[in-house]
Amino acid sequence: MCLAIPMQVKSLEGKNAVVEVEGVERDADVSFLEPLMVGDYVIVHAGFAIQKLDEVEALKTLELFKELELA
Amino acid sequence: MKYLDEFRNAEVAKSLVDRIHAIPLTNEVKFMEVCGSHTMAISRSGIRRMLPNQVKLLSGPGCPVCVTAQEDIDIMLAFARVENVIVTTFGDMMRVPGTIGSLQVEKSNGADVRVVYSTLDALDIARANPEKRVVFLGVGFETTVPTIARSIEVAHDEDILNYSVFLRGKTIPIPMEVLASDPEIGLHGFLCPAHVSTIIGTKAYAGLVEKYHLPCVAAGFEPLDILQGVLMLLRQVSEGRAENENEYSRVATENGNPAALALMDSLFEPVDALWRGIGMIPATGLSIRSEFAQWDAEWIFAEEIKGIVEDLQIQQGSSTWQAMHKACQCGEVLKGKIIPPQCPLFAKACTPQNPVGPCMVSSEGSCAAYYRFER
Repeated sequence: MCLAIPMQVKSLEGKNAVVEVEGVERDADVSFLEPLMVGDYVIVHAGFAIQKLDEVEALKTLELFKELELA
Repeated sequence: MKYLDEFRNAEVAKSLVDRIHAIPLTNEVKFMEVCGSHTMAISRSGIRRMLPNQVKLLSGPGCPVCVTAQEDIDIMLAFARVENVIVTTFGDMMRVPGTIGSLQVEKSNGADVRVVYSTLDALDIARANPEKRVVFLGVGFETTVPTIARSIEVAHDEDILNYSVFLRGKTIPIPMEVLASDPEIGLHGFLCPAHVSTIIGTKAYAGLVEKYHLPCVAAGFEPLDILQGVLMLLRQVSEGRAENENEYSRVATENGNPAALALMDSLFEPVDALWRGIGMIPATGLSIRSEFAQWDAEWIFAEEIKGIVEDLQIQQGSSTWQAMHKACQCGEVLKGKIIPPQCPLFAKACTPQNPVGPCMVSSEGSCAAYYRFER
């Protein structure tokens, strides 16, 4: 029930955003996360953006995995 | 999908599994996850089979539908029988058996029960049906509870008075302490939930680490997240450490989401809650504060519901139902004391097509996950 996926913010209007993944767009309530910017990645759960995805942290984790692969 | 596919890379998974196997272990090590999405991801990806034999991954009370008490399910069914009511619910709840029937059965008997993706969809139904009374069945943990709170906030702001919530939201850290202190389970660490942690912050597990000296690692739901989380837990165990670590740093932070927490706190207050299999745990449930009673279905419908629930309880179910209900081991599964195949009903009398207990109904229940992927 706690499943949520990263989606990209396409447009913003007040407490609502249009978010997109793989070409599928839908509305999300962003009232827990202001301020956001178009282009941000957010984690969407049951129609709500519950957190902004920290792209720097994501890249750090992926970097760590890359080192593993080379090791 | 960006930021998803990268966390499913098979080559990296192999390297992580190699690292896990390289950690020297003398005794059996038991880790528990307390999130249905972890349960499902572990079963689906076959992670359990990739781990050394000494490493056991147990599922705890992480499926909100599964931990909902029988009494509360009967009340949900009663709402479906109240005149002029539209019941709205997340899909997982539809087939959960009550003492008599289920929401699915109520629907086929003519009740207006509708599955929604979001609480905001339930609000739309209320807006579109001003002559009806719309009740949302509010089940979930901290990930979902703020979305329930937000629907009440919107109803308050827009003066939508035909919408209300039957709230059975629950909070997870205290039950984790209950399980941590149970010597019969004998846990060595927790794989902490991804999106509950996103809301409550990883600091919520500090008490578990300090009081019970149990390693905690918050981890995402993708296969690499889970493997990395298990590796971090094993390293702590083998080095004799107990720390509060975060694998899911791209989303979960130490302090969580303050706006969501503040909204939850302004609308809801902690109450004692009944957990299936565990019983009453003080201050682990949530109820709607009296200032917002106009949107509290339990308060609004108190009189109408009472009679219907009493009728349901008098009927008590058939003798077959009673026998099956007694044999169902959902409660033991939810505490991690047994795994689903150890239940005498598993895959025999109890299947996803004909479920006896909620752990087989919910797509995130341990029994459903084992049935689908690990038989």
